Amino acid sequence: MSYHWDFSGVWSRWDLLLAGLINTIKIAGISIVFGVIVGLILAFLKLSPRRFLSAPATVFIEFYRNTPPIIHFFWFYYALPVLANVSLDPFVAAVLALSTQSGAFYAEVFRGGIISIEKGQWEGARALGMRHSQMMRRIILPQAMARMFAPFVERSFELTKTTALASTLAYADLLYQAMLVNSATFRPLEVYTTIALMYVILLVTASTLARIAEARLTAYR
Amino acid sequence: MNEPILRVTNLQKRFGDLHVLRGIDFSVEPGERIAIIGGSGSGKSTFLRCLNFMEIPSAGTIALDGNEIGKSRGREEIRSYPEAELRAVRERVGMVFQQFNLFPHMTVLENAMEGLLTVKGMKRALARERATRELEKVGLATKLDAYPGRLSGGQQQRVAIARALAMEPEILLFDEPTSSLDPELVGEVLRVIRQLADEGRTMLLVTHELGFAYHFATKVIFLADGVFHEVGTPDEVLKAPMQERTRAFLERFTEFAF
Amino acid sequence: MDYQIDFDLIFRSLPVLLRGLLVTIELWVPTVLIGLTAGFLLSLARLSKSATLRLPSLFYIELFRDTPVLIQLIWFFYAFPIIIGVQLSPFVAALLGLTLNTSAYSAEIFRGGMQSIAQGQWEGARALGMRRSKILQRIILPQVFKRMLPAFTNRIIEIAKMSSLASVLSVHELMYQGRLLSSTYYRPFEILTTVAFIYFVLIYPGTWLSARLERRMAEKA
Repeated sequence: MSYHWDFSGVWSRWDLLLAGLINTIKIAGISIVFGVIVGLILAFLKLSPRRFLSAPATVFIEFYRNTPPIIHFFWFYYALPVLANVSLDPFVAAVLALSTQSGAFYAEVFRGGIISIEKGQWEGARALGMRHSQMMRRIILPQAMARMFAPFVERSFELTKTTALASTLAYADLLYQAMLVNSATFRPLEVYTTIALMYVILLVTASTLARIAEARLTAYR
Repeated sequence: MNEPILRVTNLQKRFGDLHVLRGIDFSVEPGERIAIIGGSGSGKSTFLRCLNFMEIPSAGTIALDGNEIGKSRGREEIRSYPEAELRAVRERVGMVFQQFNLFPHMTVLENAMEGLLTVKGMKRALARERATRELEKVGLATKLDAYPGRLSGGQQQRVAIARALAMEPEILLFDEPTSSLDPELVGEVLRVIRQLADEGRTMLLVTHELGFAYHFATKVIFLADGVFHEVGTPDEVLKAPMQERTRAFLERFTEFAF
Repeated sequence: MDYQIDFDLIFRSLPVLLRGLLVTIELWVPTVLIGLTAGFLLSLARLSKSATLRLPSLFYIELFRDTPVLIQLIWFFYAFPIIIGVQLSPFVAALLGLTLNTSAYSAEIFRGGMQSIAQGQWEGARALGMRRSKILQRIILPQVFKRMLPAFTNRIIEIAKMSSLASVLSVHELMYQGRLLSSTYYRPFEILTTVAFIYFVLIYPGTWLSARLERRMAEKA
């Protein structure tokens, strides 16, 4: 098989791909931040002993965990505007979809971290005379955050991969740009292999940095 | 004679259908050292944990320095216990746990300082000074910056004792402090407790270490079926028990004596 | 908000959507069966002492885990045919991508499971005179399956969700039919919400089962 690999089209349109990569990083970063906010609210609600607070949170989380991400993208872009009589641009719809999705998963990470703190820690703090807010702030949360770190990174990793779906809404992320370059050069093998490698480099770099950060955070163990 | 530092009247505790404590009347004078022994399920831990309100009594009253804790709600049995009042009790009644319950994300010194900083609102320099003093007392002056995870069980328990001592409690409660320790490490903890005894502290100790209880206590209580089955001096309860049940319990300990 | 929900349309669209669901299942089941089996073989290569088996399998697994699934499907449909010189149908390309992706993730599950089985199990069986393949079959694998059942169940759920990405390749599965209908009738809210519900009904039992399994295993431990 004598296939001639020809990356010239890819190199000459490298700026397009780079712009796409930057957009991918941008949308991932923003969605992680909003996702954390959503996740904190949901976790707080779900941890509440009051049913009328925890039940809706559970429904929300379960719905997002048991449906494919792509439907969330389409729903926010096509269905919500019809329902609420607004128009959303692809970026906003994608961020809404990604933030709510990741928020549902982050909520479980946050909740799991707190629940995993053994009862004895609560007892030791109580016996000293601490009030609930002090226990959370000084004893429980610092330990919980160390435990949440790895699952949080894993979820953020998944989110970063899911950003590729924003291309279906015509958002100019890396995949979308690749499709543009492909339609200009007709070299899908070179184009799509290149962006696959770009994703690998992006994700491996991010997860290596995360691993270093985790080692620093849990130095006391 | 002064008011007893702690007075317990008709203490009862139920967990659902389980009636663990069935009416205990009891008082502690300052300087007394009380060892509480009994089989598992007898309620001895539950009893101890009621004294600093880690468990809320189902009925009965507990008075600290003559002041009854909690508010009566009209009908005799039902009392309400405001959290702020319970926290105040816990500052004065310290507890050492079987599982130590040290905070792993803080150093030894920070563990000992934590109650002073967060609960008593003490200035950092003063808290450090007091915590260091207690840690020196329990023999851990060289481990101030170590993390609990790096210490042996015996060392961890000694840190836990220092942490409780730093709060300058009027009463110290020990909930089976050596039951989780490897045998070789039990001695170092008992030695510290003995040291506290020599200082004249008021202490209650739930333990299986009958030999230590004999030498340490001014009074021994055998708890069975949620009530005080036998109370007396160490010689009375441990060497010449009057109740059959007490005798049967003690026999288990001498079965394989050599 | 005075949006009138067209329930009649939902009812009328069900036959088409359910046809799409059938295709979803046609993607799902083979992917699970072939992917898990391939994953098992891959895990053996991954754990092998020979570097010629271990290194390529490691590379393969990392590649599939560090790139978005959508990229993989697109690559197999547009790029891969150029290498092999044969155009693949969207369905086959999607099936190929999903199966290989599953094999990579399953390999890690098998590997984790096998490594967690104590060395003592192997030694005990060898002392009885069993040969390696028999040990695998009768002692190790049954334990791996039991222990990793929650992880496998999660993977099966993920595969169901990933199948929705085949819509991007125009495979006529559930998501594709949903997009088609919602643009045909200009009622995205009704159609997309219905599609989301169908996915939920399909996937939630798996999640529930997985949670129950995890709880049962935690109790037994």
